[in-house]
Amino acid sequence: MNIQDSFHPEQEIAKEAPCLQRSLLEGRSITNILLTGIAWLAAIIASVPLISVLYGLIVKGGHRLSLEVFTELPPAGFEEGGGFGNAIVGTLVTVGFGAVISIPIGFLAAIFLAELEPDGKVAYVARFCAKTLTGLPSILAGVFAYAVVVLATGTYSAPAAGVALALLMLPTVVLTAEGAMRMVPSKMKAAAYGIGCTRSQVIWKIVLPTALPGVLTGVMLAIARAAGETAPLLFTALFSNYWFVENGTAHVMEPIASLSVLIYNFAGMPYENQIELAWTASLVLVMMVLLFNILARVLGRKKV
Amino acid sequence: MNAFEQTVAGEQISGPPSQTDYLLDRSFRGLATVCAWLILIVVGLILWKIGAKAVPAISEYQLGFLTGTTWDVNKQVYGILPEIWGTLYSSILALIIGGFFGITMAIFLTQDFLPPRIALVFRTIIELLAAIPSVVYGLWGIYVVIPFVRPIADWLNAEFGWIPFFSTTLSGPGMLPAALVLSIMILPTIAAVSQDALRMVPYRIKEAAYGLGANRWEVILKVMLSTASTGIFGSLVLGFGRALGETMALAMLIGNSNQLSLSLFSPGNTLAALLALNFPEAGQHEIPVLMYAALVLLLITFVVNMAGTAIMTMTSKQLKAGR
Amino acid sequence: MNMNFSAASNVNASKNAHSNVVIDCNLDKVFYGDFLAVRDSHVPIQKGQITGFIGPSGCGKSTVLRCLNRMNDLIEGFRFEGNVHFNNQDVYHKTVDPVVVRRYIGMVFQQPNPFAMSIFDNVAFGLRLNRFKGDIAECVENALKKAALWGEVKDKLKASGLSLSGGQQQRLCIARAIATEPAVVLMDEPCSALDPISTRRIEELMIELKEKYTIALVTHNMQQAKRVADKTAFLSVEISEGGRTGYLVELGETSQIFDDPKEELTQQYIRGEFS
Repeated sequence: MNIQDSFHPEQEIAKEAPCLQRSLLEGRSITNILLTGIAWLAAIIASVPLISVLYGLIVKGGHRLSLEVFTELPPAGFEEGGGFGNAIVGTLVTVGFGAVISIPIGFLAAIFLAELEPDGKVAYVARFCAKTLTGLPSILAGVFAYAVVVLATGTYSAPAAGVALALLMLPTVVLTAEGAMRMVPSKMKAAAYGIGCTRSQVIWKIVLPTALPGVLTGVMLAIARAAGETAPLLFTALFSNYWFVENGTAHVMEPIASLSVLIYNFAGMPYENQIELAWTASLVLVMMVLLFNILARVLGRKKV
Repeated sequence: MNAFEQTVAGEQISGPPSQTDYLLDRSFRGLATVCAWLILIVVGLILWKIGAKAVPAISEYQLGFLTGTTWDVNKQVYGILPEIWGTLYSSILALIIGGFFGITMAIFLTQDFLPPRIALVFRTIIELLAAIPSVVYGLWGIYVVIPFVRPIADWLNAEFGWIPFFSTTLSGPGMLPAALVLSIMILPTIAAVSQDALRMVPYRIKEAAYGLGANRWEVILKVMLSTASTGIFGSLVLGFGRALGETMALAMLIGNSNQLSLSLFSPGNTLAALLALNFPEAGQHEIPVLMYAALVLLLITFVVNMAGTAIMTMTSKQLKAGR
Repeated sequence: MNMNFSAASNVNASKNAHSNVVIDCNLDKVFYGDFLAVRDSHVPIQKGQITGFIGPSGCGKSTVLRCLNRMNDLIEGFRFEGNVHFNNQDVYHKTVDPVVVRRYIGMVFQQPNPFAMSIFDNVAFGLRLNRFKGDIAECVENALKKAALWGEVKDKLKASGLSLSGGQQQRLCIARAIATEPAVVLMDEPCSALDPISTRRIEELMIELKEKYTIALVTHNMQQAKRVADKTAFLSVEISEGGRTGYLVELGETSQIFDDPKEELTQQYIRGEFS
């Protein structure tokens, strides 16, 4: 009774003043909770594929992982054992060609875009082209390299693959390097101009050292992307069952193996041995790609 | 200029840059300019080279190529309507699925749902999804996704076979597994670009909505999404562009059969997969035809990507002006 | 750009040569795009003196200063009418390279802006740029001593220039500017980002430096001009079509400007009636 009495006046006030209590049964509130639940569910569902891919790579790819796969050549269908040593070398060689072509060009173009004429018409169009190139289907990079290099040289080769990969790496290198150079504080540049630097001197002595981590981040991301590409290699590098360097000579102007094409070829094979190797090669490829991604991240975090 | 040195009396440390300095300056700037032009030239060259190689096929098959439905090397009859259909159909399906999850992820990560550490976990997951090579997704699709969706697809076909989408059984590769894997591949693009768009919404706008007594989802759905809508739309267009050009996962999962079908479970083909499969073994006569198909793909993706880029540029300009 | 004025300015230049003018600055109009930023400001800068520029914000003090070593060339849409002479030479003559001008006319900026390199390399930067043949370490030490920073950094010359405090950074920038012994040092509100103690040290430094260098100083702080400047130029601002335009109101000995201003506007400003 006492308790009821003491509560009584408050209840009366509550009737007059609007209730500020949270009501869980009100429509707005229910929708709110429901939508939050859906968002959580969606986030978790979206994470399932990654976990499944990683699980597959580790379980199916992991158990064949041994020194053998790094040193042996790919097996024919009915053979046991074997590896993909030549494909690892091939991936490094083709990506190397791509990097050698795309990095200097992309780097210099980025200097033009960020420092020399950032607001000019050329820069505007070049930037737009670079952004459009980021969306270039990778298969078309292969078609282009086929038309320009393979048909001209008459052979599938690592340089042809390099041209195709360079085309895909270029926009990443240009756009990240430009962004990094733009982050260099303008007061630092003003100081360099004020002391009597020519434009190139400002760029070489001040802008580049300061922007270097960012530039390297872009390079690493581009390499990571290129290492995983398959489509541009299909008819530029083709595939090879032999080593790139044999008996002391490098077979530059000949078809060359790569991890990604090996995975593609073996994935559709009816032989258990080759399918297992495809999984192991995937694991190695993903590790390589992640390594470059992590490098990119570490470099990007370094602040001057 | 020489007089500059004379006028300053006594020994001077300061001096004009040497001739070498000037030479280096000039040549370095020249080189950088050439490289910037090179980007324009490369884009032009892509169009020109592929276009020129396609000319024989264009003059022979003309626009009938786009509406033909057979691809027969022996009879030299070529048509890419099934491929165009397959490209668009798989991309649209992927866009619906990937778009939903991508945008939800973007909201989830930007609107303070999560403590920073867990948000970092999800952000890393999305970035890892983007890092995995397409051929690995293809392999995973063959050995994990197809066996997983097959019983579901066959059950749907048995129970709801009268719905056109479920009108065939899934014999292995097909549209649904391809579109599912494709949606996973474009999710990171959509999530990343949408996140940027949502982050660019000025805080004061959000504050104003909360100030009017809106709850969290009302703020998100009615204010945040509409303010960031152009950017989110841009993310969808870019994701769509990516889906149109994606090759390997589709070549491995879609079945590569020249069919025009609404069914989610029937095999199909896409332009990119057509190129990937036929190019390595193409004969003298087939190459121009494939170049024609490449040109069609190039034009479709260029238009979509340019639209996406233009939308993104517009959004960032708008937001800069609004601040 | 300055064809119309060349005859007149030659006369000016030869006349001023007798009175030790290092930089003769005759700005008739300075534009950024269509916007007239400064008009009719003629300030001769005397050798071995500190010339102060004061005036309300937006009056174009910095613009005037940046015209002297052609820093404004870096700004899109900059153009001007008039002329600037450095030791009787037209700085804006078409055969003159702005890069060379900036080597003889050094600059210290509003915000301390050390490079992201070691303290030593920051000071040595200009020396190396000029391919200095002598003892770089000695020159760096001298410059740091002149900038009153040596004692604080002599044990950590390898440390990053960015690790110093704001006041130290600004003194480092001064050391960097004077290491190459330019004829003139332009200082654009060098103390605006600093605390009072650092400000005081830099003011003392300026007075020591004028023995050897000519200094042009832009300051928002009237007291600072009063303390250090020999000559003071007062600029004001008027609202014109298309924006705010600065112009020179009065130029004279610092004591005259502060104690006995001729113009009413100067008087009002000195009394603090507007800022």
